[in-house]
Order: sequence, then C-alpha cells, then structure tokens
Amino acid sequence: MNVDFSAEELAFQEEVRQFLKEKLPADIAEKARKGLHFEKEDFVTWQKILAEKGWAAVNWPVEYGGTGWTSTQKYIWSNECAKVGAPGVIPFGMSMVAPVIYGFGNEEQKKRFLPDILNSNVWWCQGYSEPNAGSDLASLKTTATRDGDEYVVNGTKTWTTLGQYADWIFCLVRTGGSDAKNQEAISFLLIDMTTPGITVSPIYMLDERREVNEVHFDNVRVPVANLIGEEGKGWTYAKVLLTHERTGIARVAQSKMALQSVKALATETNDFGRPLLENPAFAQKVAELEIDLLALEYTELRTLAAVSTGKAPGPESSILKIKGTEIAQAIDELKMEIAGYYALPFLDEQFDINFDGEWVGPGSAANTAPTYFNNRKTSIYGGSNEVQKNIICKAVLGL
Amino acid sequence: MDFSYSEEQQMLQDSIAKFVQNDYDFDSRMKLVKSDLGYSEANWKLFAELGWLMVPFSEADGGLGGSAADLMVVMEEFGKGIVIEPFLATTVLGGGLVAAVGNDTQKAELIGGIMEGNLQMAFAYAEPQSRYNLADVATTATKDGDSYRLSGHKAVVLNGAAADVIAVSARTSGSQMDAEGISLFLVDPKSDGVRLKTYRTQDGGRAAEVHLDNVTVSADQLLGAEGQALPVMNQVLNRAILSICSEAVGAMEVSYKKTVEYTKTRVQFGVPIAKFQALQHRMADMFIEHQQAKSIVLMAAMKLDQGGAEADKAVSAMKSRIGKAARKIGQESIQIHGGIGVTEELDVGHYFKRLTMIELLFGNGDFHTQRFAKL
Repeated sequence: MNVDFSAEELAFQEEVRQFLKEKLPADIAEKARKGLHFEKEDFVTWQKILAEKGWAAVNWPVEYGGTGWTSTQKYIWSNECAKVGAPGVIPFGMSMVAPVIYGFGNEEQKKRFLPDILNSNVWWCQGYSEPNAGSDLASLKTTATRDGDEYVVNGTKTWTTLGQYADWIFCLVRTGGSDAKNQEAISFLLIDMTTPGITVSPIYMLDERREVNEVHFDNVRVPVANLIGEEGKGWTYAKVLLTHERTGIARVAQSKMALQSVKALATETNDFGRPLLENPAFAQKVAELEIDLLALEYTELRTLAAVSTGKAPGPESSILKIKGTEIAQAIDELKMEIAGYYALPFLDEQFDINFDGEWVGPGSAANTAPTYFNNRKTSIYGGSNEVQKNIICKAVLGL
Repeated sequence: MDFSYSEEQQMLQDSIAKFVQNDYDFDSRMKLVKSDLGYSEANWKLFAELGWLMVPFSEADGGLGGSAADLMVVMEEFGKGIVIEPFLATTVLGGGLVAAVGNDTQKAELIGGIMEGNLQMAFAYAEPQSRYNLADVATTATKDGDSYRLSGHKAVVLNGAAADVIAVSARTSGSQMDAEGISLFLVDPKSDGVRLKTYRTQDGGRAAEVHLDNVTVSADQLLGAEGQALPVMNQVLNRAILSICSEAVGAMEVSYKKTVEYTKTRVQFGVPIAKFQALQHRMADMFIEHQQAKSIVLMAAMKLDQGGAEADKAVSAMKSRIGKAARKIGQESIQIHGGIGVTEELDVGHYFKRLTMIELLFGNGDFHTQRFAKL
C-alpha cells in the first residue's frame, strides 16, 4: 500500500507543469483566474495545442492517438490542469462519441471521424435525452426509419449542451418501429447538423445563459453508413460508454482548487473586524468539506487503482458522481456566502473579457450566485443522483 | 391562544391573493423583471388604491395600524407571486425609518407620499466592507455650518435606482465600527455628488451602488437624533427581516406545492414519479420545513408586536430557521423537477433564486444563529 509518486511520476509532473506554464495562452489563463466566461474559441484553441503535443486524448488507446498514460499520470494531469484553471476538453467528441466509434465503429468510420475529434476540427453534441425521456432514457421516441440507403429521422432531443456550436450530433434513435420500452430497438446514429430538417432552439439556464438546446428532427435523411455497429445495439454501446472512463467525474482536483480559493477569499473578507475564515461557524463548514473531499479523493484513487489492474469501474463511479457533485455544489454555496450582499447584483456582462465598464463587487462575487444556480444541474445531468443511487441499490446492494 | 386572522387581516390576505392569482402570472412578472423600470407603476398605484401601502404605518401616521402581524400577512401573499414591486424598500425600510424617528414635517411629506403611491424610497446602510455589521460605517457626514457633507460608498442599495429619497447612514462621529456616532440623512439622489451604478439583482429586483462625493445635505434632512441611529436601524431591519421571512414562507409554499403537482404528472418508467417513495419522503420533508417556517414567523411577528428585549432574539431565531428551510425547499424543488428545474423558463427556478437571496439579506443563517446564542 503506497500513494507516493515514483521518481518517473514526479518527473512527469514537472513536465506537465512546465508545459502548462509555457503553452496555456495568456488570455485563457486570465479568464480562468478572473472567473470570466470561456468562449467556443477558447476550448478549440486549447484543445488544438493539446493535440499538437499528443495530450488531447488522455483516455484513448494509443493506436488512435491516445496518451497511453497510466492512471497515476492521468491523475497528475487533471490535478495540474485544475491548478491553473485550464479549460477542460469538451467531452462530447473526445470522451463520449469517440470511445463508441473506436469501440464499435467500422474502419472507415474510425478514419473519417477520429482525427477530426482529436484535432478539434469538428464540434460534437449529444442527442440522448428527450422531453419525455430523462431518467428513463430507454423510453426515447425519436425514430429512424430505413428508406433505401438512408434513415429518415423524426423526433426531438433536449438538454443538448452547446449544441449551438455543433457540427455533428450523436443520437440514440429507435429503429425497430416506435414501440416504447424496447431497448433492443435503439440504435446509435451519427448525424451531420447541416442536414436539412434539423432546427436547434435555445434553452436558457437559471443564469440566463444559453448552454443547452432542443434539437428537432423533421424528416432528416441520414446515410446508413452513419450507423455505428449494428441496428438495435445502440443501448448496449451507450451503456458501455457510461460505465467506462468516468474517472474525473468526481472533480476532486477542481474542488480542491475551489476550496483553496474559498479559504483565500474568506481570509480577505471582513466579518466584524476579523477574517471570515476565523468565524467558527464558517470555519467548521470549510473543514467538513475538506474532510469529505479527502475521503472522496481516496475513493477515487481506489477506483483508479482498480482500473489500472484491468477492472472496469462499476457502480463505484456512482459514488464519485454523487459525492463529487454534492461537494462541488456545497463549495458554490460557500463562495456565495462569502460574497454576502455582493452575491445579489446580476451583472453577466461584467464577466466577458471585453467588459470595460464599472466593476461591481470584490473579484467574481457577482458571479457566485449564477454559478451556484447553474451548477444545480450537475446533480441532475449525466444520470441524476437519484438514478445513481438506484444503480447502487440494484448492482451493489442487490435490492 | 388564538392564531386566527382578524377580519381585516383576512380581507387583506384575500385581496392580495386575488391580485397575485389574477394579475401577477409568471409571464407578466418576467416582462417586468426585464423592463426598464423593473416593476409596474400601474401595480404600484393599485397597491396605493387598495390601501396596501398604508399597512406598515400606524394610525397616528395615517396608516392602517402597522402591526408586524399585518406585515406578515401582506408579505406572505406577495411571496406566493414573488412580487418584485419595491414594497420592502419603500414602505418597510425607508418608510419605517421615517415613521420611527422622523419629525412631523418629514412624516407628512414622506409617509404621505408613500401611502399615496407617489414616492419611492431606499435605505443605504451596507458598505463594501461592512458585511452584516450595521455599525461598520465608513461613510462620513461632516458638519459644515448649517449643513452636512456626505462622502462614501453604499453597497447593494435595494430600489436605489427608482428611489426619490434615499435614507443614508453616515458617521458624524466616532471610529468606523463604533455603535455611537451614526446618523441618518434623507438624500435626494439627484443632488450634486451623488452617483448611482444601477443593476438588476439575481432575484429579479433592482439595486444600486450609491457613491457619495461631498454631497451637501441640509440640517432638516437629518433623520432622527444625530449620532443615535443604530438602535433605530436595528428596529427597522427587524421588521424588514420579518417581511422577507414572511415572503419566504409564501414562496416556499408555492415551491413545494408545485413540486408535488409536477411529480403527479411527470411519467418516467411507466409511472408518475410521485409514486416513488424516495421522492415522497423528500416532499414530506419539504412540507415539514414549510410548516416549521410558518410557525417561527408567527412567533416572531407576535414578539415584535409585543415589543421589548425579546424581539431581537425572536427575529434571529426566525431568520436562522428560514434560511435552512428556504435552502432545503429551494434545492429540492429544483432537483425533483430535474432538467426543467434549472431553466429560465420554469417559474420554480425563480422562486429558488428569490429564496436563495433572502438567505443572504440582512444577515445570513450563521450570523443570526450566532446572534441568537449571544442574546
């Protein structure tokens, strides 16, 4: 039993630090530091830099351009990225559709799609949820009806994150007629967003920003060549994806950084002439979160260790999802609490890099409430925390 | 022992409930939130006509009595519609200060104007560094012949943009955190040296940063005795806290009821999600939180009407408990709604936002729990 880094791992950590110091563009670093909004270009720019270095596809097999890193290296990488606030790789292409393509796609599909994902030339989005298929995803109703060499797709997908930027969408569709409840009729289809019949309508979140969308399909014709694997196997592919490579879902590194910044901010914040961090009630909450996070970190390390010995992560990833989101949401609350009255102003424009008006409130205090509101989504998306508990009940407790 | 409303209180509740029900639907409210003014002048006139703006004032001042219990009735109903018209800032805060320590001229002019619906007020007490310490006042008021000169920065002044008169706390003597030496002034925001930075707030209201740079204020704009403002501020903020806690009770009732209704209609896995016991128990908890909140607000309203030393302690107990209930009900209402709950288009999220901001106003839960322990 041992959690120390080896000499090679320490050298790798140094290499990562050096790389981030040299290559993370100054404007992106500034946005991260000041809590400003990232734009599409920021993600693309950064991912291209990573691709050039060969570090974009952390979890991919080496043959498709992956890093081949050990789980410890991946852990070091995500920690160091969180420390400097580097934007995460947008997951829809890199971590969601790519594993399905290299896992179940044919050679032509791999050649056609993977390099553009790796080099961030194509922006992907996810077409899983529907207005009436949320936690019960298998009840989805979007149909793909075979017509010669094409499928004709009809239906509506929702909660499509950043779909407004997307060039392609990967969808779960019903190919075996429209009978609900039949998981064997679900197929995995890749659709070019420029195909006639697709319309994207925005959904605004509680912070008033456009983050998700509804995507409507009205007789959209998709070549059969865009089907992944076999008809009717889409649900199996999607499930494999959901239980694989979910490390990082705990967001331990990000939460550690956020707690550090909570402590720094609470040290600077005046509370009856003393630093807020010295208020026993506040200090207690910070300490409890730190302890909870420490336990989660070791839970994640245990999961990583199991993965590195070849075991696929099972229901453990549900623990990571639940605790990770609960801790991150609690940190958001602390930041809002520190801001006090200055959590009240709604000043979205203040957090654009080109803002040159009068700044209100200390630092990013005016962004704490929108962040808290927005991040309520994290315990809802990606399989809600209730669904995660159902998984534990079923798969672990045998209930 | 009698917790029932008087006939007048019942009528007041009914008339506000009818207004919220018929004239304050979610879409109308959202249009007001995004309008230039940020609320409806027509609604405000209606509030005046129906006598609601007279509720917080004593009969001697021309009002309807001004009991805390009456205020509770009004604010709870407003909370059900998360009404954004600046009732709190104008009548409870600004008007409350004038009613407490204003002279006859000030009362006639300002309270008269408020009750007629012709005058908006705000109370600028917080400062960037003050957090929840009312005595932390760095803004200065320097005597200059017959007048005063005010300089300083007042933070997050509710209704600051629309206010015709802003009551400002400023230090006439003592050092920055002294309890003594704080005075109140009635400032015309159009005066030379006053600069406002106005903005929307997270909960759909309006507020402003108020910058004062050598603003000349005449001696007759002094509100109450020089240097003796702190107890008055505390007294008025007690009523403001009762107001927002009552509002929270109304908002929590709507939040839990809407959540329960939603679970009856949302079908997943072939059944309405209301059938899941894991969710049923959580909604039972929301109901309990709401009932506990309602109880403690009643308690505080009665203690405030009795007056005396117990008022502060009762108010802190209320604010502490309401903060916990609002957080729980707000978060659960979002979580149980799922994806739709985190969108701008659903009303439940806007109740959540208001409940969240109520926790941060006039001292958060920790502040009031600690104050309760010390009193």
